[in-house]
Amino acid sequence: MSDEITPELFAHLVDLAALALSAEEGEYLRDQLNGQLKAVHELERIPVPDDIPPAAHGVPFLPAIRPDLRADEARTDAGLAERILAQAPEQDEGYFVVPDIPHTDL
Amino acid sequence: MQLPDLPAYDLVARLKAREVSALEIVEATLRRIEAVEGRAPSPEPYLPAPGDEAGVHAYISLQPERALDQARAIDARLARGEDPGPLAGVPLSIKDIFCVEGTLSTAGSRMLANYVAPYTATPVARLEAAGAVTLGKVNLDEYTYGSSTESSAFQPSTRNPWDPSRVPGGSSGGSAAAVAAGESALSLGTDTAGSIRQPAAFCGVVGLKPTYGRVSRYGLIAFGSSLDCPGPVARTTRDAALMLGAMAGPDPRDSTAANVPAPDYAAALDGGVRGLRIGLSADYFRIRFPDPETGELRDQTLPDEIAAPVYAAAELLRQAGAEIVPDVPMPNTHLAIPAYFVISRVEAASNLHRFDGVKYGYRTSAPVADLREMYRRTRAEAFGPQPKLRILMGMYVSGAQYAKQYYHRALQVRTLIRRDFEAAFDPNGPFRCDVLLTPTTPTAAFKVGAVYGDSVLMQYADLLTVPANHAGTPGLSIPAGLDGQGLPLGLQLLGRDWDEATLLRVAAAYEQLTAGADWRRRRPAVLA
Repeated sequence: MSDEITPELFAHLVDLAALALSAEEGEYLRDQLNGQLKAVHELERIPVPDDIPPAAHGVPFLPAIRPDLRADEARTDAGLAERILAQAPEQDEGYFVVPDIPHTDL
Repeated sequence: MQLPDLPAYDLVARLKAREVSALEIVEATLRRIEAVEGRAPSPEPYLPAPGDEAGVHAYISLQPERALDQARAIDARLARGEDPGPLAGVPLSIKDIFCVEGTLSTAGSRMLANYVAPYTATPVARLEAAGAVTLGKVNLDEYTYGSSTESSAFQPSTRNPWDPSRVPGGSSGGSAAAVAAGESALSLGTDTAGSIRQPAAFCGVVGLKPTYGRVSRYGLIAFGSSLDCPGPVARTTRDAALMLGAMAGPDPRDSTAANVPAPDYAAALDGGVRGLRIGLSADYFRIRFPDPETGELRDQTLPDEIAAPVYAAAELLRQAGAEIVPDVPMPNTHLAIPAYFVISRVEAASNLHRFDGVKYGYRTSAPVADLREMYRRTRAEAFGPQPKLRILMGMYVSGAQYAKQYYHRALQVRTLIRRDFEAAFDPNGPFRCDVLLTPTTPTAAFKVGAVYGDSVLMQYADLLTVPANHAGTPGLSIPAGLDGQGLPLGLQLLGRDWDEATLLRVAAAYEQLTAGADWRRRRPAVLA
């Protein structure tokens, strides 16, 4: 059987995922993906009627157990801003600094 | 018995009776860590060294000064005559997927190897408010993506205290190993497909996945947001009950933490099993599992060594007054891993997009032409193979042209899995089970390196635990003896929504019924 994830499709996924892979790493990951998809095709071995609803989560999240919305009150950052900014790889005067953002001049 | 080997409830009792101080407990546990840990795991490129195969390597980081300060504060409260809390002085380790203010919070990834959390996760804050003393952060599969802890960027990865040539399971492998080796009495883990229960089974300890929504996820670095459950790892059922009680309940910081009051779990332990209906399902004994040689899925019957302790437990519980319900159909069990391959990857890919080298964590130091190249190089350099695989799979199966075939169908199958549980527990149905009793894992702990690299076989280690994550229902793994090689085996109890108390009650009864068993006196090899 031919691979479901071809090298071309794989390259497209790598681009979408904002990754860059060596040839060796890419071949390993593509092989693993194809192996996993063989298991995923088990899902087609049983009939699933269209009226079976999809479950986004297991336990029904009914109004009775849903927490009340918190009060709509203004809150500060509790003084965390500096500590959070201190984690940034690069920052300047309260801004995150990034390399040139690709753009097109109109 | 030394202090680090005592159950948490016993430590609390001795502390409150002034037989021991919190400082003494913490100091004794730090000495135990020193004795069994071996070299600390590091994110640097791994070069094996002599002794790596003998240590437990559970802790990524230790915070002894913070712990000693907490212990002194508890002793001071006791001296003033105040109640220091239900977990006072109990040594606690935290899976390094939780943020703890001022500590490295790494997710076992190079991406966050130097990340210091600016706030504390709700379950950690609640455990510390109850008096637990956090000793440090323990290892895990990178971002929790695995079942052996081998995929951590922090190497050497955690070894199984019962046989350090074997894995502790995962992804909460550091948690289960630390608790088994007396390096903490309790550990906070997470369970997305079995990541608490499977390592608990492999390391001979108790692991509880609560109902989804029972414990807040605030401060948990997210994997599968509809599946992730924080929960206890402990050495006894009573300890797990105390720990869950201290963490459970709604949280204004997590809207999925349900508004359901938590009962007194410890009070439920002594109820016995008389009159309870305990179900057995053939679908948990005859499984569709990859052939280790060819990788092809084929129907197999679990080895007798794995199945026999479950049937023996059922017989013990029957003699103690429970009613055993045979042949409870759970026909969609075999689809739980295939559905998980889809659902968890979509959620993981979504959650991993935040790691981009801009706001926190790693950024490439290579020269880059623009922002997009910075993203790609950062993620290529800092993510290991598991996050990369999960992002790629998640993008594929949720892509516009494939989503109906894969993602939508997987979510429909999730409904079918949920219906299996609803039918088994339906009080007006033919089975009317209070709990289901199953093996926790299809095998005992495997050798380091034996499965790692084969992402399909590794995922199937969660075959018997992942259905409860799809359903959202609670599950508990407890020690059930040792196999022929002296490796721990686990029993799994599965229950109704919000009914952890009945799982703990059945587990406590089993603990009492087997209190005299020879295997309960055996200790992990690293403590022999």
